[in-house]
Amino acid sequence: MSRRLLIQSAIALVTSLALAACGDKAPPPAAKKADAPKAPEVQVVKIGVASPLTGAQAHIGIDIRNGVQLAIEDANKAGVNIDGKAVKLEMVAEDDEANPTKATTVAQKLVDAKVAAVVGHFNSGASIPASKIYADAGIPQISPSSTNPDYTLKGYKTTFRVVAHDGQQGPTLARFALDKLKAKTIAVIDDSTAYGQGLADNFEATIKAGGGKIVAREHTTDKDTDFKAILTKIKGRNPDLIMFGGIDPQAGPMKKQMAELGIKAQFIGGDGMQTPNFIKLAGESAEGALASIPGLPKETMPGGKEFLAKYKAKFNAEVELFAPMGYDAVMVFIEAMKRAGSAEPAKFLPEVGKTNYNGVIGPIAFDEKGDLKNGPITIYVVKGGKWEALETVSPGAAPAAGAKAEAPKDAATK
Amino acid sequence: MDIFLQQIVNGLLLGSIYALVALGYTMVYGILDLLNFAHGDLVMIGAMVALSVVIALGSSLPVAIVLLIATAAAIVVCVALGLAIERVAYRPLRRAPRLAPLITGIGVSILLQYSAALVWGRQYISMPEIIKPEKIVFGGAQITSTQAFIFVLACAIMAALLWFVKSSRMGRAMRATEQNPDVAGLMGVDTTRVIAFTFALGASLGAVAGVMVVLYYGQGHYFMGAMLGLKAFTAAVLGGIGSIPGAMLGGLLLGLIESLAAGYIGDITGGLFGSNYRDVFAFFVLVGVLMLRPAGLMGVPSGDRA
Amino acid sequence: MTTLTQANAARWLKIVALCVILVALPFVIDATLGRTWVRIIDIALLFVMLALGLNIVVGFAGLLDLGYIAFFAVGAYCYALLGSSQFGIHWPFLVVLPLCALVAAVFGVILGAPTLKLRGDYLAIVTLGFGEIIRIFFNNLSRPVNITNGPQGISLIDPLQIAGFSLSKTYTIGGLTFAPVHLYYFVFLACVLLTIFISLRLENSRIGRAWVAIREDELAASAMGINTRNVKLLAFAMGATFGGVAGGLFASFQGFISPESFTLLDSIMVLAMVVLGAILLTALPEALRYLGPLQQQWLGRVVVDPSGLRMLMFGLALVLIMLLRPAGLWPSRTRQRELTVDKADG
Repeated sequence: MSRRLLIQSAIALVTSLALAACGDKAPPPAAKKADAPKAPEVQVVKIGVASPLTGAQAHIGIDIRNGVQLAIEDANKAGVNIDGKAVKLEMVAEDDEANPTKATTVAQKLVDAKVAAVVGHFNSGASIPASKIYADAGIPQISPSSTNPDYTLKGYKTTFRVVAHDGQQGPTLARFALDKLKAKTIAVIDDSTAYGQGLADNFEATIKAGGGKIVAREHTTDKDTDFKAILTKIKGRNPDLIMFGGIDPQAGPMKKQMAELGIKAQFIGGDGMQTPNFIKLAGESAEGALASIPGLPKETMPGGKEFLAKYKAKFNAEVELFAPMGYDAVMVFIEAMKRAGSAEPAKFLPEVGKTNYNGVIGPIAFDEKGDLKNGPITIYVVKGGKWEALETVSPGAAPAAGAKAEAPKDAATK
Repeated sequence: MDIFLQQIVNGLLLGSIYALVALGYTMVYGILDLLNFAHGDLVMIGAMVALSVVIALGSSLPVAIVLLIATAAAIVVCVALGLAIERVAYRPLRRAPRLAPLITGIGVSILLQYSAALVWGRQYISMPEIIKPEKIVFGGAQITSTQAFIFVLACAIMAALLWFVKSSRMGRAMRATEQNPDVAGLMGVDTTRVIAFTFALGASLGAVAGVMVVLYYGQGHYFMGAMLGLKAFTAAVLGGIGSIPGAMLGGLLLGLIESLAAGYIGDITGGLFGSNYRDVFAFFVLVGVLMLRPAGLMGVPSGDRA
Repeated sequence: MTTLTQANAARWLKIVALCVILVALPFVIDATLGRTWVRIIDIALLFVMLALGLNIVVGFAGLLDLGYIAFFAVGAYCYALLGSSQFGIHWPFLVVLPLCALVAAVFGVILGAPTLKLRGDYLAIVTLGFGEIIRIFFNNLSRPVNITNGPQGISLIDPLQIAGFSLSKTYTIGGLTFAPVHLYYFVFLACVLLTIFISLRLENSRIGRAWVAIREDELAASAMGINTRNVKLLAFAMGATFGGVAGGLFASFQGFISPESFTLLDSIMVLAMVVLGAILLTALPEALRYLGPLQQQWLGRVVVDPSGLRMLMFGLALVLIMLLRPAGLWPSRTRQRELTVDKADG
C-alpha cells in the first residue's frame, strides 16, 4: 500500500519539479542583453515596458517598446549616475496582447521581475486593471498612450501619463470645430469602445457647452463596415460636421460611404484615425478629413528630427505613433531617480510627480492626478493624399467635468 | 421621404449580400440537417483571396479581367476548402450525435480565422481603388454603379440557382437527398457525391459573396466572416431554413430590418435605444422567429425541426 | 479485514497528500516560477469553475450553450455594481456573492425558457445570440442613464473582505507571506472543490439521471414521466449559478471589468475547456506566450503570433477530439460506459 503511495507522490514531485524547471528556463528571454554583467559593482536597474507585441495592435505596441529600448540604450551610452554610483539600465519587455486579463498577469510578471518602473500599457483597457497591481507594489507607471481619463482617477500615486487624455483631446477638437470650422450643427458617431466613446462623449459635452447643436448621436461597433443606415439618418439632419470617435478601419469606409451618399459635411476624428491606413481605406474621399493627435507634430517636436533619424537608423522603420512618448517616459524616470539619489521605487516615486523635463515631445510636467500638464494637441488635415499638420493648440483648462454635469439637462430638453 | 427611400435602398443592398451567404447555410442544412458553422469564414477566405489577387495584379490588366481572375481564384480556393471541410470534419460524423459536428464546425471556424490571421495578418487590408464608380441617383436615393452591379449580380445568381435546383439533374438529386437520403440512395442517387456537390456549390456562392463584400466595402479582415455568418444564418432561419427562396427573402428582409431599425429606432423610442443596439435586432428577430414560427416564413413546418 | 482497513488508510493517505499538495502549491510555485504563475493558476481555477458550470448544461443535459460567458458577465457586473464606487454601494461579499448566483440563475431561466423547444444547433445559435445581446447591453447601458459605465468598464471594485481582513492586502503569518494572489487561491480552490462536490452529487442524483435521459433521448425521457421543461430549466439555472459566482469572484479579483472580457470567443473558450480540460487550456497558452520572445531572440522577429497559434491549436483540438475521442480527453465513467455500449449496439 505504502509503496503505491510512495510512487504516486514521487511522480507528483517529479512533475512539479519538471514544471518548475521548465518555467525557470522560460522567463529570461525578455532580458536579452548579450554582454554579461562584467563589473559587479555596477547596479542594474530594470525598466519594464508592457504593450501589445502580438495581435492586431502589435505595430503600435512594438513602436512603444522600441522607443523605450532606444531611451535605455541612449542613457547607458551617456552613463547614468545615481547617488554617485554608476548604474546600468535594462529593459524588460512584456506582451499584454491588448487584453485586460493578460494585462494584470503581465503586470504581476513585471513586479516579480523587480522592475523599478514601468512604461505602459498601450490600451486604457489594459492600463487601468494593471495600475492596481503596480500601485500595490508601489512601482511608478507611465502610460505613453492611454487616453481614458479614468486611468489617473483611481487615487493611485503611481499612475502617470505623458499623453493628453480624452478629457483634453475631445474638448480641444470641439473648440476647434466651433471656433475654427464655425460648425453650428454637428453629428457625433462613436464605435462603442472605451476609446471611441470616451472621446465622443467629451467632444459632445464641450460642443453643447459651447453653444453648438448636436443633431444626431449615433453608434457603431469596432467590427462593423456598413454605416449607411446611420449616415443616411445623419444626412437627413444635414449637419455641418460629422465627428467620429474610433479608429481607421471604421473611419476609412465611413468617409467613403459619406461620399457615396452625397454627404457634404466635414469629417473630424481623434488620433485613432490619423493614420496612413485611413487614407488608403477612404481612397479619394479622404481629402479634407481632419484629425487630432496629442503632442506636437513629430517633425516639430523639440528633439523630434534627431529622434526620428535615430529611430530610423536603429530599427529601420518609421515611428508609428507613441515611440517618442515611450522614450520620454524612460527619461522622466531616470531624471527622477537622479534627483532622489536612488533607484528604489519608494524613494524616487515622489520625484516623478515633480518632474519638469524637456523631452522629445516637449515640456513634461504632471498635475496632481498624474496627467500631463497642458499637453499640446495638433490638428491634421488630409491634403493631396497625405496627413498635413494644420495647427497646434494647447488644451488649457479642460471643462469636461463641468460640461458633463450639464449634459443630462441638455438631453432632457432635446 | 428621400431619406426613407435611401434607407430602403441601403437595406436591400445589405440584404442581397446576406441572402447570398444565407444560401450556403440553407442548402447544407436542407440536405444534411447540419449547421455549417464555418460557412461565414469561407466567405471571409473568399474575400481575402480576391483581395490578394487584386492587390497582386493591380491595374496591370483591365478591371473586368482582374475581377474575373480574382473571383475565379476565390471560388477555386473556397470550393477546395469546402470539400475538404466536408470530407474531414463532417463526413466521419454523419451518424454521430448532433452536438459533435456542431463542435467540429466551431473548431473549423476558429481554424479558418486564425489561419487567415497568419497568412494575411490581423490588419484590415484595403482594396486598391481600381474601379471609379459613377453615382446613380434613383428617385432621391444615391447608389454607385458598383453597388447596382452587386445587387443585379446577386439577383441573377439567385435566379440561376433556383432554376438549377428545380430543373437540372443534379438539382433533382439534391432535392431527393434532402427529402430522404436513404430512399434517394436506393433510387440510384449517389448521395455522398450530392452532399459533396452541395458543399462545393455553397462554398462557391460564399466565395462570390466574399468578392462582393470586398467590392462593396473595399476592405477585408480575418474576423469579418463571424458576424456576417451569424446574420446570414439568421436570414436563413427567418426565411425558413432549407428553403432557397426563403433564404433570399430572409436576407433581404433582415437587411431592411437592420437599416430601418438603425435609422429610426432612436426617434421612435425617444433616445432610449439607438443605433448601438443594431446587432441586437438581428438576434431578436432570430429568437422571435424560432419561438413563433420555427419553420420560418417560407419553410414547410415539420414537427421535428425545432 | 486488514486489507480493507489498509485500503481505507491508503485512500485517506492519498487524500491527505492531495490536500498537502494543494495547500503548498501556491507557495512552491511562488518560490520557483514566480508570483505571476500563482496569478495564472488563480485565473485557471476560475475557468475550472466556469467549465464545471457549463459542463452541467452541455455535458450532463446535452444542451449546447454558446453564450455561457453571459452568466459570467452577469455575475461580474452584479458584484461590481454592488461593491464599487459606481453607485457608491459597498455591500459585503457575503451578501453580494449569493446575490450574483441568484441573479445569474434567474438569467439562466429567463434565457433558457424561450429555447426549451429548440433542438441542438438552433439552441446553440440562439444562446450565442443571447450571449451577444447581454454583452451589447452591458456595453450600452451607460445612456440615457449610466448603469454599467459602458465600454469604459467599472474599476475600483471591492476585494473580498470581512471585518477588516481584506484579501487585497499582504499578511505575514509565521514567516510565511500571504499575498493577495495566495489568499485568492485558497478562496477559489474552495469554490472549485465545492463545485466539484456539487457536480458529482448532482450527477448521481435523480436530477442528474433525468438530465442524462434527456440528453440521450428527450422523447423517451418525457415518456418515462420526466418533466423535461423543468429539468432543462434547472440545468440552465444550475449552470448559470456557477457562472455567476465565478463572475463575482473574477470582478473582485481583477478589481476592474469591462464588456470586452465577455465576448463570444470567451464562450467558445469555455466550451473548449469542457471538452479539453480547463487547466490545460489556461496553462498551455501561458506557456505558449514564451514563444514570442523566443522567436524574437532566435529568428529576429515574431514569425508565428503566439496568440494566433494558440487559437489555431484550439480549433484543431476541437476538431480532432470530436473525431477521435468524442467524450473528451478525460471522460467520466458513465460517459465511457455509454460509449462502449453504443459501440456494442452498432
